[in-house]
Amino acid sequence: MAYSPETGKALNELAEILLHDDNNTLTRGERELIGAYVSSQNDCFFCQNVHGAMAQHYFECEMQLIDDVKKNYQSTPISNKLKALLTIAGCVQKGGKFVTADEVELAKSLGATDKEIHDTVLIAAAFCMFNRYVDGLNTWAPQDREVYVERAKMRAEDGYANMNLNK
Amino acid sequence: MAHIQVPEGIPGIRSLVMFRPETGKPLYELAQVLLRGESPLSEAERELIAAYVSHLNNCTFCASSHAAAARCLYGNDKNTVDDVLKDMQQSNVSAKLKSLLNIAGKVQVLGREVLPADIEAARKLGTDDREIHDTVLIAATFSMFNRYVDGLASFTPKDPAVYEAMGKRMAENGYVLPQPAK
Repeated sequence: MAYSPETGKALNELAEILLHDDNNTLTRGERELIGAYVSSQNDCFFCQNVHGAMAQHYFECEMQLIDDVKKNYQSTPISNKLKALLTIAGCVQKGGKFVTADEVELAKSLGATDKEIHDTVLIAAAFCMFNRYVDGLNTWAPQDREVYVERAKMRAEDGYANMNLNK
Repeated sequence: MAHIQVPEGIPGIRSLVMFRPETGKPLYELAQVLLRGESPLSEAERELIAAYVSHLNNCTFCASSHAAAARCLYGNDKNTVDDVLKDMQQSNVSAKLKSLLNIAGKVQVLGREVLPADIEAARKLGTDDREIHDTVLIAATFSMFNRYVDGLASFTPKDPAVYEAMGKRMAENGYVLPQPAK
């Protein structure tokens, strides 16, 4: 994204509104968790660690919970509503048409609003883009997972809009 | 019926960005910069990559509308678009564009499907970093748009004439965020 500042600006803005903006009934942690989950389904090392660390930061939990969610969210202590949203996100990851009325109805019956379903679908779709962008150009990713944990605190404060990608 | 309460009768992504203009703004900006901004790839070639990826993702709305835009931009060579969608390797586009469409097709599957050999093949045919970057990002972006449009089951018109008009508007005016209904 540092290579192409014009497209980078739109991508940062999208990430900011979807993941960091507080005008949202899904918490930042829930939204980051959806991003981390989709990135793990897409086997994108960089994105799943960046956003897994962000989710951990907001949830103030052990990294084990984030890893458990990636592996099998149904067996974790997260809310049933969030589980239903992760199911929708998992369908989007496979392809838009995999989302059926059944998954949407279940989420709605557990209290999900139209806007929450919209944002879940768009976050999942956006990570299908980010993951492909990052891996399609074979970009460099730090292997040490602690690096991501350390960076998450700063990113949580600063957000994504003015991210300096040359740093 | 869409999965959520979007404005009725409005097709595809337009209905979704009217539902949530805050996210619609950067999405339309991204489309405009990628498909109409500065690039060594022509607007017609970029629309063709978008239509090709949307076709592979089986997204009727995006494939039909961007194919229509590409036909407009190709003008006299508009058959190129349908030839590529039918059988990319047998189509009459240049070997260089084929190598980029090949990369776009790999990105559609997953980022790590793009192998060094795919990039090498494109470079040997004269593509530069910017062309490869733009191809990967267009393919990645449409892997998002396609999922957004179909994941919420937005309205997909069936009449080809609707897409012809849409494609003409996209070719002439680019991507302008529709205003939400008052």
